[in-house]
Formats: sequence, structure tokens, C-alpha cells
Amino acid sequence: MSKEVERLSDPGLPDHVHRKADHDPAAADKAERQVSILFMLSVVGTVGFIVAYVFVPSDKFIFVPVMGSTNAQQLFLGLGLAAATLFIGLGAVHWAKTLMPDTEEVAERHELRSEEVDRQDFLATFKARGASSGLPRRSLIKRTLGLALGLVSVSPLILLRDLGPLPKKSLEETSWKSGTRLVTDPGDRPIKASDLEIGAVAQVLPELTPGEERTLNNIAKDAVLLIRIRPEEFQLSPERLSWTHEGIIAFSKICTHMGCAVALYEQQTKHLLCPCHQSTFDVPQAAKVIFGPAARPLPQLEITVDTEGYLIARKPFNQPVGPSFWERS
Amino acid sequence: MKKSEKVVGTVANYVDERTGAAKWLKKNLNKVFPDHWSFMLGEIALYSFVILLLTGVFLTFWFDPSQREVLYNGSYEPLSGIKMSAAYASTLDISFDVRGGLLMRQIHHWAALLFMVAIVAHLMRVFFTGAFRKPREFNWILGIGLLTLGIVEGFLGYSLPDDLLSGTGIRIAEAIIQSIPVVGSYLAFFAFGGPFPGEAFIPRIFTVHVLLLPGIFLALITAHLMLVWYQKHTQYPGPGRTEKNVVGYPLMPVYMAKAGGFFFIVFGVTAFIAAVASINPIWLYGPYTPAQISAGSQPDWYMGWLDGLVRMAPPWESYIFGHTISWNILIPGLIVPGILFTAMALYPFIESWLTGDKREHHILDRPRNAPTRTAIGAMSLTFILVTLMTGGNDLLATHFSLTINQITWASRIGVFVLPPLAFVITKRLCLSLQRADRDLILHGRETGRLVRLPHGEFVEVHEPLSAEKAYTLASHEQIPALDLPLEDGAGVRRPKALRAKLRARMSAAVTEQIPKPTSEDLKEIEHH
Repeated sequence: MSKEVERLSDPGLPDHVHRKADHDPAAADKAERQVSILFMLSVVGTVGFIVAYVFVPSDKFIFVPVMGSTNAQQLFLGLGLAAATLFIGLGAVHWAKTLMPDTEEVAERHELRSEEVDRQDFLATFKARGASSGLPRRSLIKRTLGLALGLVSVSPLILLRDLGPLPKKSLEETSWKSGTRLVTDPGDRPIKASDLEIGAVAQVLPELTPGEERTLNNIAKDAVLLIRIRPEEFQLSPERLSWTHEGIIAFSKICTHMGCAVALYEQQTKHLLCPCHQSTFDVPQAAKVIFGPAARPLPQLEITVDTEGYLIARKPFNQPVGPSFWERS
Repeated sequence: MKKSEKVVGTVANYVDERTGAAKWLKKNLNKVFPDHWSFMLGEIALYSFVILLLTGVFLTFWFDPSQREVLYNGSYEPLSGIKMSAAYASTLDISFDVRGGLLMRQIHHWAALLFMVAIVAHLMRVFFTGAFRKPREFNWILGIGLLTLGIVEGFLGYSLPDDLLSGTGIRIAEAIIQSIPVVGSYLAFFAFGGPFPGEAFIPRIFTVHVLLLPGIFLALITAHLMLVWYQKHTQYPGPGRTEKNVVGYPLMPVYMAKAGGFFFIVFGVTAFIAAVASINPIWLYGPYTPAQISAGSQPDWYMGWLDGLVRMAPPWESYIFGHTISWNILIPGLIVPGILFTAMALYPFIESWLTGDKREHHILDRPRNAPTRTAIGAMSLTFILVTLMTGGNDLLATHFSLTINQITWASRIGVFVLPPLAFVITKRLCLSLQRADRDLILHGRETGRLVRLPHGEFVEVHEPLSAEKAYTLASHEQIPALDLPLEDGAGVRRPKALRAKLRARMSAAVTEQIPKPTSEDLKEIEHH
């Protein structure tokens, strides 16, 4: 065999290099002391943890550079626990590295597949046992069992039916009706056109009838943004313009993309922005989508004033609010 | 015999007479584990999981998983007298009125983030070293399952406090469910017990978060570890290491001490981070209400890529026969992730189909020696990175004074252009590194020592590599491309010739290599 071939063939495991602690008892004792010190630091950590739990008042705040004002009890509990656990770990690893044997050992691998004899035996056994059950021959049993198992697995699905009601038309409906007053949120006060200055924006909800409770389910569909701009700035069809009142336009606040609250109004550009995925709606153009993943404008609520001058909805929303769904036409 | 030895002996005898455990333990206490820092990544995931179980149990003692409306009167003044769900109120109580509660919450949240980081890092280690190859394909699939569950479990976990941020996340999840064609609104109503938000969702995901998914996790992790144990760990190439052996340290005592100690280190580090770094300060967000939102809403990092995909999606919706199909949600929210995870799970089988390699592999690849695989990995990471950054596009915009418009368009183009670019660059880099290895073996290491020859020429002295080093660099095997003849011996086109042609071409791409030096090459060099 030539020298070159030897060079690219396996030279075998390199010689083991001994550590100082392997042959020098003094170094080994030193390592032992280091490990013990680490374990004792863990003990100190646990003591600190208990002290923090019992003696540090839970409403005491201290100033720590970088972190700022910090709850002292939480901080010391955390540092105590961190030290208590970390030093056990460091001690154990240091022990393993300095004092435990560091000679690499070699174990043989065995091919995972079974011996050919065993495989053949298994196959024969499986076939024979399977045949003895009669399943391969008795097709009536096979089919009826298949049917029974298939059907029984449906029963959990049946039980899950009562998880919730069917949607029916509820995704398409809101609490807004013809003549519903717009009330402030929070406050539930009816509002007049004069309450809104030009450039102002307000969140409103439909007025509750006496005895009615407002739930999050209602708010999730009913929330409306009122925005007042100069009437001449609208770029609306005559029909849509008639849905506004003295420059006040009302949109559903629920994004048509994924239902987040479209809460960012930019007064200068008159854009409404959804903070979730940055869909941007242009207010003068009836909340047309000018940027982002939303596909539809925010539904516009037709508003007017009642005899007392309070803003009311003239009609319910003309389309479902919120994100799209299959049944939405 | 010492007294303690006698006691141990008695106990061991008692147990063995009833279980016969001695034989199994004898064998396994000697079990050898290869040592490498990258093998600790999976361990970190495992230990974070244990930390999550421990801290999670603590949290359940005080958390009230209910959306029933309550009036808050705990010790956090700014929210005093505010209506909120019992879930949110009890999370405030844990944070302010239970000693160590906030610490446990923060350890739990940090451990969850670390859990996902460790899983992803471990996945990358397994992918780039080819550890998923036969016989470990089952474990690869189990791992992909654990990754998927981890994402879901994490999302459900941070949704439980019912604060304004997490409630917005639930709103988005509801919109994704609702967008599924035909059955979407039904599924959403079943999941939420009626219209959004209802009062059923938090209690339901609580059961899933603390019982159902942890149970599945335990089962899958057990199977994952048993397979590692049974199949024995892979090892990096090197002198003395072969496909037939495993070189490392025995379980007892070295691995017990190192692995056990490492659990405490992971716990200690997590506890330290939780002590000094605040996470998810839900009291600043306020209780959830569907009409409010805070700007700069971000999910946890492992969901960020999904959110990024949604943010960069074009505004496409179809309206067909009175029905709405939301491509702007379906594509980024379900279709792309579905394709991604399916491709990931199938990767070991695709690779072996293209290399024709059906043998067992226990020696890991150095990433450069599998250029196409490494390039595919770099491509996928680039894709995730682009989408992850888009998930924070609003923060990028405010921090770097860019417009959302610029970032969104950059990401829409970048998500198609950058991954292929990363593929090409990575593959070329790997091939160059192979060339460098080849040079190193053939010409040795540059010593920087210049020698003037008698006739005046200056040469640099090269020192030959040690036998160990040369073997490490050249011990891998290079699989040739599949030879798939399109015609049979008689010159007749075989059936499925087109498929074979495509497969042969991909195989050639997958197996592209710089020929590694042989002993003949070395001989020739030395001859000169």
C-alpha cells in the first residue's frame, strides 16, 4: 500500500490526550472544590429566593439601570431562581468535564432491518394468523366491519354539532335599523352634527333600547366611525353623497380584510388605516381600498338626522360588515 | 460491603425480580452518545418543554379561563373599575397579586419563545447535515409534527389572557377560519360557539392548550426520543468514525451529568431572562374589545412569517355565483403554509428519489458536501426571513423612515426574487468550498513561509494536512447522478420517458459536486 492511499484512508481514533486532573491528584481536588463552590452558589440562590418571597414587599419598586423601575420582589425571586438552577447545571457540567472519564468510547451499530429468517418467519406467521381469522376469505365480515367502523367514527362528529349554532343570516346582520340613533362610545350619548367639527372623527354605536345590554358580539359588528370633512371634498356618486350628512360620513369600523378595528385616521390625507395588515381606505372616495390586502371598501352607513336633530341611521348596512365569507354574495 | 451499598442492592434486587430491568439497564447505561454542540439544540427544545409544563401547571392554579364579564378591583390601579373578562382579570391577578406569579408568567412566555427557537435551530441542524436520511425519516416527520403543534400551541397560549393584542390575533384567526370556502362560516360558528367573539372560545382553547396538545406533545416527544435512542445518534465525519460505529461518551456518568446539568442551565438562563426582561405586559394593552386596537400589533416571532405573508398578499377576492372566495386570506393563510409544510415533510423522500440512495446513513454530511440541499435550505430560510420582516413592516417603516408602500412592494418582489438568488449563491459557495477542500488536501496548508530556491525562485512552503484532517475532509462519498436511459436496448423509447428525463435532470442538479481528491490525484501531485 502506498503512502498516499494511507493518507486518505481512515487513520483511526486519535490518541487520547489526558487532562491535568487525570494524573495530578492536586488538580483533581481543585476541580472538586470548584464543583462544590458552584453547588454552594446554587444554595445561596435558593436562600435568596426564599428571602425575596418572605421578606421583600410585593409592592416595592426599585430603580435598576437599563431596566428602569422594577418590582423588587419579582426581580429577586427571578434572580434567586436563576442562580439556584443555573449553578446546579454549571456544577454538574464542570464535574463531567474535569473529573469524569473523557475517553471516547466506540460502540458498534447494528443494521436496523431484521434478519432475513425473521422477516420470512414474520411474514409467514402474519399470513397464517391472518388467514386463521378468516378475514381475507369472509368478505361479508370484512365489509360489514368496515362499514361499522366507518360509521362509528362519525359519532364524535355528531356530538360536536352542538359546539355552536348555525350561522344562518347572522353574519349579514347588525343592530343598525332604520331610525337607530348614533350614540357615542363610550358614553352612550346621542350626537348632533354640530358636535363634530370638520376633521373630527368619532366612534359610535347604535343606541340601546331600554333593558338591552351591549355585548362584545354586538360591538364586533356594530362599531361605526364617523368622520367629518368639507362636503366639497367628497368624490362620491350622487346616491352615496345622499348617505352623508353635512360632510359627516359613517363607515363600519370593522376591516373588510380580517376584522380588525380600522382605527388609524390620518387627518391630512383623509386615509383610514388598519394597523393589522395596513389596508388603507380613502375616506372621500367612500373608503375605497387604495393600499394593502383588503379587497372591499368599508361598508358605508346611510345617515341623516331625526326631528330633534340627532344623527340616525336611515337604513341598516346595505352589505355584511367585516371579513368575507363563502355565503356573502 | 458498606451499608449504603447494601440498601441499593436490596432495592435493585426487589425491582429486578419484578421487572427484569437489570438486563436492559446494563446495556443502556453503557450506551454511547456522540458529542457536539449542535446536538444540544434538540435538548434545549426538550428542556424548554419541561419548563413549560412546570410553569404552566403553576399558572393554571390561578388562571380563570372564562370570558364572563367582571369588574376589576385588583391592585393594578390604572384598570381599577374597568369591565373585562375573567381571563384577563385573573391574568392581572397572577401578575400583580400572586407572589412569583409574574415571574412564572414571564418564564412561561420566554420558555415558549425559546422552545420554538430551539425547534427551528434543531430542524436546521438536522436538515443541513442530512440527518433526516434513512433510517431517520419517521423522526423527521415527527419533528415536523412537533414544529406545527408548537406554532399552534404557542398561538393558543398567548391568546388565553384575552388582552387587546391577543384578542386581535383571535379575530384574525377567526377571519382565516371564516374564509375557508363552503364550510368556513360554519366552522367559525362551531369554534366560537356562535358569532365572534362569544364567550366560548377562551375556555375551549384553554382545554386544548393545557390538556389536548400537551398530551399529544408528550406522546410525540416520547416517540421522537425513543427512535433516537433505538436508532443511535448520528455523528460527524472524522477519523475512527464509520457508518458501522458510534463514537462518544457513555450515558453513565458523563451523559447523565452533562444532559442533566444542561437542563438546569437552560432553566437558569430562562429564569434569568424572565427576571430582567419584561414580556407580554398585558396590563399595558387593556382588555379586549373588538372596536379597539393598538398600533404596531405583532404576533410572537414564530407566527411573524404568516402575518408577513398576509400583509404582502394582493387584494384578491373572487365573486362567483353569489359566493365570495378570499384569495387575500386563503393564499397566505392556508395555501402557502400548507404547501410549505407538506414539502418539508416530504423532503427526505424527494431527495432519496433524486439520488437513488436507499442506504442507511449515520455519518452526517458537511453542508458544503450537499450543495443542492444546502441551497434549498438557504432558499427556504430567505423566504421565511423576507416574510418575517414583512410581518413587522409597520415597525420597519417607523424605525427606518420608510413608507409601508415601499416595504410592501419590496417584499412582494423580494419574496419571489431573493430565495432563488439565495439558492444560486449558496450552491456556488458550497462548490467553491469543496474546491478549497480539494486544494487543501492536494497542496496542503499554506504556511506563509517563503523559501528562495537555489536558482532564485521564491516559493511558499505548503505543509501537508494531518492524516486525521485529510480524512475528515475527504471521507464523504459523492453519489453520481441517476442514469435513467430514455430508450431500452433496442432503441425503443421507454414508457414514462418524459418523467425519467425530468428526474434525471433534477438528479444531475442535486448531485452536482466538485470531484473530491483521490489517492491517484495525490500520487500524481507528489510525483511532480
